[in-house]
Amino acid sequence: MRELAALVCGLVFGAGLLISGMTNPAKVLGFLDLAGRWDPTLAFVMGGALAVNASAWALTRRRARPLFTEAFALPAERGIDRRLLAGSALFGAGWGLVGLCPGPALAGLLRGELPIYLFVAALLAGTWLAQLYTGEGRR
Amino acid sequence: MISSDFTPGLGLAGGALIGLAAAGLMLADGRVAGVSGIVGRSLAAGQRGDRAWRLAFLIGLPLGAAGTAALLGDLHGFTITDSLPRLAAGGFLVGFGTWLGNGCTSGHGVCGLARGSRRSLAATLAFMAAGVAVVFVFRHLAGGV
Repeated sequence: MRELAALVCGLVFGAGLLISGMTNPAKVLGFLDLAGRWDPTLAFVMGGALAVNASAWALTRRRARPLFTEAFALPAERGIDRRLLAGSALFGAGWGLVGLCPGPALAGLLRGELPIYLFVAALLAGTWLAQLYTGEGRR
Repeated sequence: MISSDFTPGLGLAGGALIGLAAAGLMLADGRVAGVSGIVGRSLAAGQRGDRAWRLAFLIGLPLGAAGTAALLGDLHGFTITDSLPRLAAGGFLVGFGTWLGNGCTSGHGVCGLARGSRRSLAATLAFMAAGVAVVFVFRHLAGGV
Protein backbone atom coordinates (compact mmCIF):
# COMPACT_ATOMS: atom_id res chain seq x y z
CA MET A 1 0.00 0.00 0.00
CA ARG A 2 2.75 2.43 0.87
CA GLU A 3 4.27 2.09 -2.60
CA LEU A 4 0.89 2.62 -4.26
CA ALA A 5 0.32 5.73 -2.12
CA ALA A 6 3.77 7.06 -3.09
CA LEU A 7 3.04 6.41 -6.77
CA VAL A 8 -0.25 8.33 -6.56
CA CYS A 9 1.45 11.19 -4.71
CA GLY A 10 4.17 11.28 -7.37
CA LEU A 11 1.52 11.44 -10.09
CA VAL A 12 -0.36 14.29 -8.37
CA PHE A 13 2.92 16.12 -7.67
CA GLY A 14 3.90 15.86 -11.35
CA ALA A 15 0.45 17.04 -12.46
CA GLY A 16 0.73 20.03 -10.10
CA LEU A 17 4.16 20.93 -11.41
CA LEU A 18 2.94 20.92 -15.00
CA ILE A 19 -0.24 22.91 -14.27
CA SER A 20 1.68 25.44 -12.18
CA GLY A 21 4.10 26.15 -15.02
CA MET A 22 7.15 25.30 -12.92
CA THR A 23 8.18 22.66 -15.48
CA ASN A 24 9.15 25.52 -17.78
CA PRO A 25 12.55 26.90 -16.69
CA ALA A 26 11.73 30.23 -18.33
CA LYS A 27 8.92 30.83 -15.82
CA VAL A 28 11.16 30.04 -12.86
CA LEU A 29 13.85 32.37 -14.17
CA GLY A 30 11.14 34.99 -14.72
CA PHE A 31 10.39 34.79 -10.99
CA LEU A 32 14.04 35.03 -9.95
CA ASP A 33 14.60 38.00 -12.28
CA LEU A 34 13.42 40.73 -9.93
CA ALA A 35 15.08 43.45 -12.02
CA GLY A 36 13.50 42.34 -15.29
CA ARG A 37 9.89 41.71 -16.35
CA TRP A 38 8.93 39.91 -13.18
CA ASP A 39 6.72 36.81 -13.28
CA PRO A 40 5.36 36.31 -9.73
CA THR A 41 3.77 32.91 -10.57
CA LEU A 42 6.21 30.90 -8.42
CA ALA A 43 5.08 32.77 -5.31
CA PHE A 44 1.49 31.69 -6.04
CA VAL A 45 2.62 28.09 -6.52
CA MET A 46 4.39 28.14 -3.17
CA GLY A 47 1.42 29.87 -1.57
CA GLY A 48 -1.06 27.30 -2.88
CA ALA A 49 1.17 24.40 -1.89
CA LEU A 50 1.83 25.78 1.60
CA ALA A 51 -1.84 26.60 2.26
CA VAL A 52 -2.84 23.00 1.54
CA ASN A 53 0.15 21.29 3.10
CA ALA A 54 0.24 23.37 6.29
CA SER A 55 -3.49 22.84 6.85
CA ALA A 56 -3.10 19.11 6.27
CA TRP A 57 -0.11 18.93 8.61
CA ALA A 58 -2.12 20.58 11.40
CA LEU A 59 -4.47 17.58 11.21
CA THR A 60 -1.96 14.84 10.35
CA ARG A 61 0.37 15.68 13.25
CA ARG A 62 -2.37 14.73 15.73
CA ARG A 63 -2.25 11.14 14.51
CA ALA A 64 -0.17 8.58 16.36
CA ARG A 65 1.13 7.12 13.10
CA PRO A 66 0.72 7.36 9.31
CA LEU A 67 -1.82 5.18 7.51
CA PHE A 68 0.58 2.65 6.01
CA THR A 69 3.84 2.85 8.00
CA GLU A 70 4.85 2.59 11.66
CA ALA A 71 5.97 6.16 12.28
CA PHE A 72 6.44 9.62 10.83
CA ALA A 73 10.00 10.12 9.57
CA LEU A 74 10.67 13.80 10.19
CA PRO A 75 14.05 15.50 9.82
CA ALA A 76 15.63 16.36 13.17
CA GLU A 77 15.63 20.07 13.97
CA ARG A 78 19.38 20.47 14.28
CA GLY A 79 19.52 24.22 14.16
CA ILE A 80 20.82 26.38 11.36
CA ASP A 81 24.43 25.59 10.52
CA ARG A 82 26.97 26.46 7.87
CA ARG A 83 26.38 23.24 5.94
CA LEU A 84 22.68 24.03 5.54
CA LEU A 85 23.31 27.58 4.35
CA ALA A 86 26.25 26.78 2.06
CA GLY A 87 24.41 23.85 0.47
CA SER A 88 21.26 25.88 -0.06
CA ALA A 89 23.23 28.76 -1.57
CA LEU A 90 24.99 26.37 -4.00
CA PHE A 91 21.65 24.86 -4.90
CA GLY A 92 20.17 28.33 -5.47
CA ALA A 93 23.10 29.27 -7.73
CA GLY A 94 22.50 26.20 -9.93
CA TRP A 95 18.77 26.90 -9.89
CA GLY A 96 19.41 30.44 -11.09
CA LEU A 97 21.79 29.26 -13.83
CA VAL A 98 19.22 27.03 -15.53
CA GLY A 99 15.81 27.51 -13.89
CA LEU A 100 15.40 23.86 -12.95
CA CYS A 101 15.22 22.32 -9.49
CA PRO A 102 14.97 18.57 -8.80
CA GLY A 103 11.15 18.20 -9.01
CA PRO A 104 10.59 19.93 -12.36
CA ALA A 105 13.75 18.34 -13.80
CA LEU A 106 12.50 14.82 -13.04
CA ALA A 107 8.95 15.71 -14.05
CA GLY A 108 10.33 16.61 -17.49
CA LEU A 109 12.00 13.26 -18.11
CA LEU A 110 9.35 12.12 -20.60
CA ARG A 111 9.65 15.23 -22.77
CA GLY A 112 12.49 13.74 -24.76
CA GLU A 113 14.54 16.92 -24.32
CA LEU A 114 18.30 16.41 -24.35
CA PRO A 115 18.96 19.38 -21.97
CA ILE A 116 16.83 17.68 -19.27
CA TYR A 117 18.81 14.45 -19.50
CA LEU A 118 22.09 16.28 -19.28
CA PHE A 119 20.87 18.35 -16.33
CA VAL A 120 19.60 15.27 -14.47
CA ALA A 121 22.83 13.36 -15.14
CA ALA A 122 24.81 16.29 -13.71
CA LEU A 123 22.40 16.49 -10.77
CA LEU A 124 22.97 12.81 -9.97
CA ALA A 125 26.74 13.27 -10.27
CA GLY A 126 26.61 16.28 -7.96
CA THR A 127 24.52 14.39 -5.41
CA TRP A 128 26.87 11.43 -5.51
CA LEU A 129 29.95 13.64 -5.04
CA ALA A 130 28.29 15.47 -2.16
CA GLN A 131 27.59 12.11 -0.52
CA LEU A 132 31.24 11.16 -0.89
CA TYR A 133 32.23 14.54 0.53
CA THR A 134 29.98 14.21 3.58
CA GLY A 135 30.73 10.51 4.03
CA GLU A 136 27.09 9.55 3.55
CA GLY A 137 27.54 7.78 0.24
CA ARG A 138 27.60 4.16 -0.79
CA ARG A 139 30.93 2.56 0.02
CA MET B 1 7.03 45.66 -14.35
CA ILE B 2 5.00 42.43 -14.28
CA SER B 3 5.64 39.93 -17.06
CA SER B 4 2.84 39.02 -19.48
CA ASP B 5 3.64 35.37 -18.69
CA PHE B 6 2.16 35.76 -15.17
CA THR B 7 -0.40 32.97 -14.55
CA PRO B 8 -1.62 33.28 -10.94
CA GLY B 9 -4.68 31.01 -11.29
CA LEU B 10 -2.78 28.07 -12.76
CA GLY B 11 0.00 28.74 -10.26
CA LEU B 12 -2.38 28.48 -7.30
CA ALA B 13 -4.13 25.41 -8.73
CA GLY B 14 -0.90 23.60 -9.52
CA GLY B 15 0.55 24.64 -6.18
CA ALA B 16 -2.50 23.26 -4.37
CA LEU B 17 -1.98 19.90 -6.12
CA ILE B 18 1.70 19.91 -5.10
CA GLY B 19 0.63 20.62 -1.51
CA LEU B 20 -1.96 17.85 -1.72
CA ALA B 21 0.67 15.37 -2.92
CA ALA B 22 3.04 16.36 -0.11
CA ALA B 23 0.22 16.13 2.45
CA GLY B 24 -0.79 12.73 1.07
CA LEU B 25 2.71 11.29 1.31
CA MET B 26 2.96 12.44 4.94
CA LEU B 27 -0.47 11.10 5.92
CA ALA B 28 -0.12 7.79 4.06
CA ASP B 29 3.56 6.95 4.47
CA GLY B 30 4.83 9.46 7.04
CA ARG B 31 7.49 10.63 4.61
CA VAL B 32 8.60 14.08 3.42
CA ALA B 33 7.93 14.76 -0.28
CA GLY B 34 11.32 16.34 -0.88
CA VAL B 35 12.42 15.39 -4.36
CA SER B 36 16.16 15.91 -3.85
CA GLY B 37 16.07 13.79 -0.69
CA ILE B 38 14.08 11.04 -2.37
CA VAL B 39 16.56 10.97 -5.27
CA GLY B 40 19.65 11.25 -3.06
CA ARG B 41 18.58 8.57 -0.59
CA SER B 42 17.79 6.25 -3.49
CA LEU B 43 21.47 6.54 -4.39
CA ALA B 44 22.83 6.29 -0.86
CA ALA B 45 23.49 3.11 1.07
CA GLY B 46 21.50 1.52 3.86
CA GLN B 47 17.97 2.47 2.84
CA ARG B 48 16.55 -0.98 2.14
CA GLY B 49 13.02 -0.67 3.50
CA ASP B 50 12.49 2.70 1.88
CA ARG B 51 13.71 1.95 -1.63
CA ALA B 52 10.42 0.81 -3.19
CA TRP B 53 8.24 3.76 -2.22
CA ARG B 54 10.93 6.19 -3.36
CA LEU B 55 11.11 4.51 -6.73
CA ALA B 56 7.30 4.56 -6.99
CA PHE B 57 7.20 8.29 -6.25
CA LEU B 58 9.97 8.99 -8.77
CA ILE B 59 8.11 7.02 -11.45
CA GLY B 60 4.90 8.89 -10.73
CA LEU B 61 6.47 12.33 -11.08
CA PRO B 62 7.23 12.32 -14.84
CA LEU B 63 4.14 10.20 -15.57
CA GLY B 64 1.90 12.72 -13.80
CA ALA B 65 3.41 15.63 -15.70
CA ALA B 66 3.28 13.87 -19.08
CA GLY B 67 -0.24 12.53 -18.45
CA THR B 68 -1.51 15.99 -17.53
CA ALA B 69 0.10 17.46 -20.63
CA ALA B 70 -1.63 14.77 -22.72
CA LEU B 71 -5.02 15.60 -21.15
CA LEU B 72 -4.88 19.39 -20.83
CA GLY B 73 -2.14 20.28 -23.28
CA ASP B 74 1.36 21.49 -22.50
CA LEU B 75 0.01 24.57 -20.69
CA HIS B 76 3.21 26.55 -20.33
CA GLY B 77 5.59 24.95 -22.83
CA PHE B 78 9.24 24.32 -22.21
CA THR B 79 11.85 26.92 -23.02
CA ILE B 80 15.50 26.20 -22.44
CA THR B 81 18.34 27.64 -24.47
CA ASP B 82 21.30 26.99 -22.22
CA SER B 83 24.62 25.72 -23.48
CA LEU B 84 25.68 22.22 -22.46
CA PRO B 85 28.38 23.41 -20.02
CA ARG B 86 25.85 25.69 -18.32
CA LEU B 87 23.33 22.85 -18.00
CA ALA B 88 26.01 20.60 -16.58
CA ALA B 89 27.18 23.24 -14.11
CA GLY B 90 23.62 24.00 -13.06
CA GLY B 91 22.69 20.35 -12.59
CA PHE B 92 25.86 19.66 -10.66
CA LEU B 93 25.33 22.61 -8.29
CA VAL B 94 21.70 21.62 -7.74
CA GLY B 95 22.68 18.02 -6.93
CA PHE B 96 25.64 18.90 -4.73
CA GLY B 97 23.90 21.79 -2.99
CA THR B 98 20.64 20.00 -2.22
CA TRP B 99 22.45 17.05 -0.64
CA LEU B 100 24.63 19.36 1.45
CA GLY B 101 21.65 21.55 2.37
CA ASN B 102 19.33 18.59 3.03
CA GLY B 103 16.61 19.66 0.65
CA CYS B 104 15.32 21.65 -2.27
CA THR B 105 12.29 23.69 -3.26
CA SER B 106 9.94 20.83 -2.33
CA GLY B 107 11.61 19.47 0.81
CA HIS B 108 12.37 22.83 2.40
CA GLY B 109 10.04 25.16 0.52
CA VAL B 110 6.84 23.11 0.48
CA CYS B 111 7.24 20.53 3.27
CA GLY B 112 9.57 22.15 5.81
CA LEU B 113 7.89 25.54 5.76
CA ALA B 114 4.48 23.87 6.16
CA ARG B 115 5.75 22.27 9.40
CA GLY B 116 7.17 25.59 10.59
CA SER B 117 10.79 24.40 10.42
CA ARG B 118 13.32 27.16 11.09
CA ARG B 119 15.99 25.25 9.17
CA SER B 120 13.74 25.11 6.13
CA LEU B 121 12.99 28.82 6.36
CA ALA B 122 16.72 29.61 6.46
CA ALA B 123 17.39 27.22 3.56
CA THR B 124 14.55 28.67 1.47
CA LEU B 125 15.77 32.23 2.02
CA ALA B 126 19.32 31.15 1.11
CA PHE B 127 18.45 29.39 -2.14
CA MET B 128 16.02 32.12 -3.19
CA ALA B 129 18.64 34.80 -2.54
CA ALA B 130 21.33 32.88 -4.42
CA GLY B 131 18.99 32.25 -7.36
CA VAL B 132 18.01 35.92 -7.56
CA ALA B 133 21.67 36.96 -7.34
CA VAL B 134 22.81 34.58 -10.09
CA VAL B 135 20.00 35.62 -12.43
CA PHE B 136 20.79 39.27 -11.77
CA VAL B 137 24.48 38.79 -12.52
CA PHE B 138 23.89 36.79 -15.70
CA ARG B 139 20.97 38.79 -17.09
CA HIS B 140 21.77 42.33 -16.04
CA LEU B 141 25.50 42.57 -15.33
CA ALA B 142 27.01 40.10 -17.79
CA GLY B 143 24.86 41.36 -20.64
CA GLY B 144 22.12 38.75 -20.86
CA VAL B 145 24.25 35.63 -20.98
